[in-house]
Amino acid sequence: MNPLLDRRLLFVTGKGGTGKTTAAAALADLAVRAGKRVLVVEMDAKGAIAAAFEVPSLGFEPTEASPGLWLMAMNTEDSLREYLRVVARVPLVGRIGPLARTFDFVADAAPGVKEILAIGKVCWEVRERHYDLVIVDAEASGHIVAQIDAPRAIRELVQVGPVREQTDWMLRILDDPASTGVVVVTTPEEMPVTESVELVQQVRTRTKVDVAAVLVNRLLSPWFDGTDRSVFDALSSDRARAALADAVGGKAGSKVTDVLGAASLAQHRADVAAEHVARLHDGLPDGMPVLFTPELFTKASGRRVVTLMADHLAAHHAAELHEGLR
Amino acid sequence: MAPRRVRALVDLLATKEMVVVCGSGGTGKTTVAAALGAAAAERLGGRVLVLTVDPARRLATALGLGDVGNTPTRVPDSALAADCRGELWVAMLDTKAGWDDLIRRHAPDPSLRDRVLSNPLYANITGRFVNSHDYIAMEQLHDLHASGGFDLLVIDTPPSRNALDLLDAPGRMREFFGSRLLQWLTVPGRSRLLSVASKPFYKLADRVLGSRFLEDIAEFFVLFQAMEAGFVARATAVERLLTDDRTTFLVVSTLEAGPVREAQFLVDELRRRHMPLGAVVLNRTLPASVRQPAVAKAASAMGAITSDSASLGRVSSAAGKPVDAVARVLQGVAEHHREIAVVAAREAERRAALDALVPTTVAVPTMPTDVHDLDVLRELGSYLLGPTA
Repeated sequence: MNPLLDRRLLFVTGKGGTGKTTAAAALADLAVRAGKRVLVVEMDAKGAIAAAFEVPSLGFEPTEASPGLWLMAMNTEDSLREYLRVVARVPLVGRIGPLARTFDFVADAAPGVKEILAIGKVCWEVRERHYDLVIVDAEASGHIVAQIDAPRAIRELVQVGPVREQTDWMLRILDDPASTGVVVVTTPEEMPVTESVELVQQVRTRTKVDVAAVLVNRLLSPWFDGTDRSVFDALSSDRARAALADAVGGKAGSKVTDVLGAASLAQHRADVAAEHVARLHDGLPDGMPVLFTPELFTKASGRRVVTLMADHLAAHHAAELHEGLR
Repeated sequence: MAPRRVRALVDLLATKEMVVVCGSGGTGKTTVAAALGAAAAERLGGRVLVLTVDPARRLATALGLGDVGNTPTRVPDSALAADCRGELWVAMLDTKAGWDDLIRRHAPDPSLRDRVLSNPLYANITGRFVNSHDYIAMEQLHDLHASGGFDLLVIDTPPSRNALDLLDAPGRMREFFGSRLLQWLTVPGRSRLLSVASKPFYKLADRVLGSRFLEDIAEFFVLFQAMEAGFVARATAVERLLTDDRTTFLVVSTLEAGPVREAQFLVDELRRRHMPLGAVVLNRTLPASVRQPAVAKAASAMGAITSDSASLGRVSSAAGKPVDAVARVLQGVAEHHREIAVVAAREAERRAALDALVPTTVAVPTMPTDVHDLDVLRELGSYLLGPTA
């Protein structure tokens, strides 16, 4: 297995709401800690990467957020502009606006054109070796296959022409598991697990891009295992609750049931989560690395959550991440 | 959960013909749509259809259904409450089949229809075109509404990169047919090359895409353009339906930061587009009691029992468990309670922000298990529409 951070290009995807952006940011943080120069690309320009690193909104031009860490937001019009300038050498830079808007219609209608402008930019950064690692906060699971499959789709559709030639080197980068990998982020819940299992299958059958790992985020650990479990159940019995209410006393004593109820709810949720993790393991190909990060019961958001997630990954999954990570 | 609010959602559904359920991914949209549909059939009667995108299979099984396709399937009565007044139907959105239906309907003659259906670009557009399912969802909704076969349609929207893609899909489709590009692409080849007006664009497009690819696209769109009138009329009708007052939008959100941000954004955008927002459904909320100071006090007092050997002894013997194990568990409960209380406090702040923004919010508490059996689905329905009469 190729450790995640030793690759050149990672696509971090997953169902909305699973913590895909935080995961992408945490992986970037770890790569920077390992001394790498990292570019994080936000594909859907919702501002989530900027929020995770607590920096002002991002543009197409990468900005260095902290030493070794560059951030950018994808924009297909800027990507087209750059492509025309650098590759096709079209001297229309000042006047491209209205043309690009018209071009948008082709891009909307012709399959893969918009996607390839985005993926092309990402691959180009990998090829030019401006960074050691490019991490893409990619499209949500519904769209990622179309995105990484775009060069092949274009190749099948376009018989001759400059675009077809461009797809060759992109595919060399994308199809090489030593350089490129997809990380699927999920939570231990019904729909996210079902979608992640399907997504891994789809990426493996429809593309040649390697699925590098599945990351289960917001894992709830059971509060009590084994015998403590039966002790907790015994404490919820009427007799024990009465004794507890008595020991606590006063108004708080009448709230013992609420405390036990909340605990039992949390315990149930952890059990359900464990069932879904088991289902995920069953649905994934043998040997696929599965990483876990816990639910964070903290009031913090943004940079601090990124650091906490990165710390946890470094402490528990160093081997899957990077040879030299402490 | 206040009675006035529960009432509001029942009244809302009683006067609407279409409910569009939208919101960020992972908030339980599909489950809420299913529970809402079932509850509406049970309480309001009539024929209710839930059009869903990708139901969890266990949910489909719970409803007594195997494979659900493009065509509405009736949920067996045995899966509903014994005193259910109406019928519940379910259909699943199938983008490819939806497009094929659309082509069959709008194609002026069979030969053109077959040429479109067998065109390789067509297969690619329906299969890979990122936003095409949004348009198809709106199309199917319009179709089902126009069929008049259902009293209430509940649509669970596709997972969109951006929920706005869905709302904008009909307008974009219309805009596409009216665009200069399509007109230019569909001008016969020779005159296109000679057309001066299109020259800069042609140069650009040729440089980037290659003229052969453009020819392929053009050929496809010549076929497609023959269906323009049908498509444009339909897109306009779909768009009108979305802003009609027989339609209402429900935004589903959990009280986590990301989904709430998305819900607020969605509420603003719906308003801007004059699309009628009905309510915000807050899914998987924690019980309000978790935040009560008395409950927090009880939790830490339960932890403190461990240093009072007399009390600990009495509790242990009442539970019939060893003293050291009881002490460990009580301490665990006290520690973990602080974690849930933090989450509940965060939820309360966000709920207050949403309450200030929208007229109606309905809270559904977190269920002890996943919602994949009928009892839990029905319980969820009672939080949405109140208990059955």
